Amino acid sequence: MQQIDLARAVFLFLPLFLLGLLALPGRAVLRTVAALALAAVVAWLLPQVFERGALTYLASFSTMAGIYAILSLGLNSQWGLAGHVNFGVAGFYAVGAFTSALFTTTMPEGALAAYSQQAFGLQWPFLGGVIMGGIIAAIVGFLISIPVLRLRTDFLAIATLGIAEVIRFIFQNERWLANGPQPMRGIPRPFDCLFKDPACSWLPQGAVDFLAPLSPRDYVFFYLIVVSLILAVVFIALERISRSPWGRMLRAVRDEEASAAMNGKNVTWRRIESFVVGSFIMGVGGAVYAHYVVSIDYSHFNPLFATFIVWVMLMLGGSGSNKGAILGAFVVWGVWSGAAFMIDAASPALQLISPDLPSRGAYLRWMLVAIMLGLIVLYRPQGVIKERKKVSDFMSDKGDASGEGDDATAEQPARQ
Amino acid sequence: MSMHDAAADAARHARSDDRTSGERIMAALRSRTALAIALALTLVAFWLLGYGQGASLSNLLSLTIWGVMLGGIIALGAIGLTLVYGVLKFPNFAHGELVSFGAYGTFTIMALLPASAALRPFSFGWELLVGMVLAMPLVALAALIVDRILFRPLRLRDASLVLFAMASLAASFFLRSVIYLAWGADFMFYYPGRANPALELPLNIRIQADQLFVFLLAAVLVGVTWILLARTRMGKAMRATANNPDLAQVRGINTERVIAATWALGASLAVAGGVMYGLASQLRPEMGWFLLLPMFAAVIMGGIGSPLGAIVGAIIIGIAQQVSSSFINPAYGPGVAFVLMIIVLILQPQGLFGQSGD
Repeated sequence: MQQIDLARAVFLFLPLFLLGLLALPGRAVLRTVAALALAAVVAWLLPQVFERGALTYLASFSTMAGIYAILSLGLNSQWGLAGHVNFGVAGFYAVGAFTSALFTTTMPEGALAAYSQQAFGLQWPFLGGVIMGGIIAAIVGFLISIPVLRLRTDFLAIATLGIAEVIRFIFQNERWLANGPQPMRGIPRPFDCLFKDPACSWLPQGAVDFLAPLSPRDYVFFYLIVVSLILAVVFIALERISRSPWGRMLRAVRDEEASAAMNGKNVTWRRIESFVVGSFIMGVGGAVYAHYVVSIDYSHFNPLFATFIVWVMLMLGGSGSNKGAILGAFVVWGVWSGAAFMIDAASPALQLISPDLPSRGAYLRWMLVAIMLGLIVLYRPQGVIKERKKVSDFMSDKGDASGEGDDATAEQPARQ
Repeated sequence: MSMHDAAADAARHARSDDRTSGERIMAALRSRTALAIALALTLVAFWLLGYGQGASLSNLLSLTIWGVMLGGIIALGAIGLTLVYGVLKFPNFAHGELVSFGAYGTFTIMALLPASAALRPFSFGWELLVGMVLAMPLVALAALIVDRILFRPLRLRDASLVLFAMASLAASFFLRSVIYLAWGADFMFYYPGRANPALELPLNIRIQADQLFVFLLAAVLVGVTWILLARTRMGKAMRATANNPDLAQVRGINTERVIAATWALGASLAVAGGVMYGLASQLRPEMGWFLLLPMFAAVIMGGIGSPLGAIVGAIIIGIAQQVSSSFINPAYGPGVAFVLMIIVLILQPQGLFGQSGD
C-alpha cells in the first residue's frame, strides 16, 4: 500500500466509525468496539478496492449526501417532530450559506471590489461562520413563524414556499449584499493548508511528511470528516431532543393540539420553538455547503435542489425518524447521482428518439425524483423506517410502538 | 362548535365592556373591512412611493392599467386554483404547470396550423386563438390524468392534506420536467420579432393593443365562468361540493363528476392565462411557477373557494406588482404579492370573500 492510499484511509476512518456506530445494533460498549474494528478494516480495504479517482468521487458523494442529511434532519425536526410543513427549506439553507460566507470571507479591496461586492467580510474562523449561519437562519425562522405558525397547515406550506422564493430573489438582485447575480467566490475552507505544499506552519514535521503525497484535490477527504462530525452532533442533539420532555410535548402538540393545550402546554410557543430549531439546523447545513463548494450564488438554492429533494429524502427515509432522515438522504442522493451516469450511458438511445433529448437529459432526473415522491406518497407515506414512538427510557417500547399511533405522521388528523 | 363560538362572540359584543381596549382594537383589526382598508392603503402607499421616486402621473396611471391586465392573467389562473382548493380542499402546487402547459401546447398546435396575417391592431393572428381553444381540452385531459393517477387514490384513502400537497408538488416537478424535455429550457415567442406598437390613449397613457385584448378576454372568460357557476346544474353542484362535500354527496351529487368538471374548468382557464402571459412576455418553462405565488396570494386574499374573490384579489395583486415596479426592482413582483398575502393572513385569513369561521 502506497503512502497516499494510507493517508486517505486514515481520513476515511472516522466517518466510517461514525457510520458503524449509527448502523450497528447492540449495546453501547460492544457497538463501539465493533464499529472501531469494522471502520479500520473497511478504511484499509477501500483504497485497495477502488481506484483513486473513484474513491475521491465516493468521498465527495458522501460529503454532499452528508450535507443533505443535515438538511433532512432539520426538516425532520420541523415536520417529523412538530408537524410543520416547511416548503421553504431552500430559504433557510441559502441564509445559512450566505451568512457564513459573509462572516468568513475577506472584504474585497482595490480592483477586485469593482467586480465583487458584499456587505461585509469579517474573516471569522470556520466554526464561527457555521454557528452564525445557523443563528441568522434561526432568527429569520423566528420572524417568519410569528405571523405564519398560528395558521392552518396549508397556509404554512404556501407561505414558506413564498419565503424561500423571496429570499432567493433578494440574493439574486441585491448586488451590495452578496454580489447579487454573480457568484460569491473565495469562501475559505477550514484547514486547507493541510493539503498545500508549504503545509500549515503549526503542523509537526511528521504529519507534514505523512500528508505530503496528498494534493489539494484530496481536500474532500478531510471535509468528509468535518461534515460527519457536524452531522453526528446534529443527530445526537435531535435524538436527545425527541426523547426529552420538550420533544414529547412537541409530539403531543403535533398529534393532539387541543388536548396538549388543555393540559396547560403553550402550543404556540412550542410550535415556534420547534420551527426555530429546524431553521437553525438548516442554516448550519447551508453554511457547511458554502464552505464545501467555495463559490455560491442564488441559483444553488432553487426549489428543486434545496427543498423538493430534501422532502423526498425525508419522506423516503421516514418522517419522524432521525436515522430514516439520514438513510433517505444517502439513498436519494445516490439515485440522483447514479441517474446522471445512466442518462449518459443511455444518450445514444435518447438520440434516436429525438436529437434534442440528450442535451436535455438532465431533466430526466427531475422526472425520476418526482416519480419517486409520487410513489412514496401513494404507497408508503410513512417511509422506510417508521417513527419509533419511544416516550421514555423508563417505559417499555411495546405499548407505544403498535396501534394507531404509528399513522400519526403519515395521516395527521386534520386540524380544525 | 363554530356556531357556539359565534353565539358567544355575539353575546360578548352585546356587552362589550368586559373586553379590554386592546382586545377591542385587535378584534376591529381582524375584520373584513379592516382588511379592505389595509389593502387600499397599501395601494395608495405604493402610488405615493412611486410618485416620490419621480414617476410621472401618466406613468403611474399606465402602470395601474397594466396592473389590471396582469391581474386579468393572474385571475385566469387563480379561478381554477381557488375552485380546486375549494372542491378538493388542498393547495394545488401543480396549477402553475397547467398554465405553462397551456402556453406551450398552444405554441405547438399553432405550428401545425397555417399562419395567418396579424389581426391589426393586435400582433397575433387567428391561429393563436384557435390553438388556445384546441389546447384547452388537451390540458384538461392532462389534469384529469394526473388526478386519476395521483389524487384520486389519495382521495379514496381519505389521506391528510399534507399528502395531497406533497403529491401536487411531485406533480408540479413532473410536469415541469416534461416541459423541459419536450420544449427545452430556452425562451420562446409566439411571434418572434413581430412589431407590437403601443397605442397612444388620452392622458398620455401608452398601452399595447394586445394588453387590451388580454384584459378583454380575461373579462369575457371570467364572465362565462361566472354564468357557468351561477346558472348551470354542474356549476351549482360544484359550489355545493366546495361548500360541504358530504352534504353534497348526501343530496345525490356525484362528487367524482363534479371534481372532474372542476379540473376541466380550472385547466381550461389556466390555458387561457398561460397563452395571454406568453403573449404579453415570453414562453419559458418556469413561467407557471413564477405565477404560482401571485395566484396563491390572489386566492387567499379573495377567500378560498370564491371565484369572485380570486378575481378581485388578482386585480389588486396585479396593480400592486406593476405599481411597485416604479420604486423597487421589478424582479420583486412575486415578493410584493407575497407581502400582501402575509398581510391578509395576519389580519383576516378567511380573505375578502371567504366564509367566516371554519
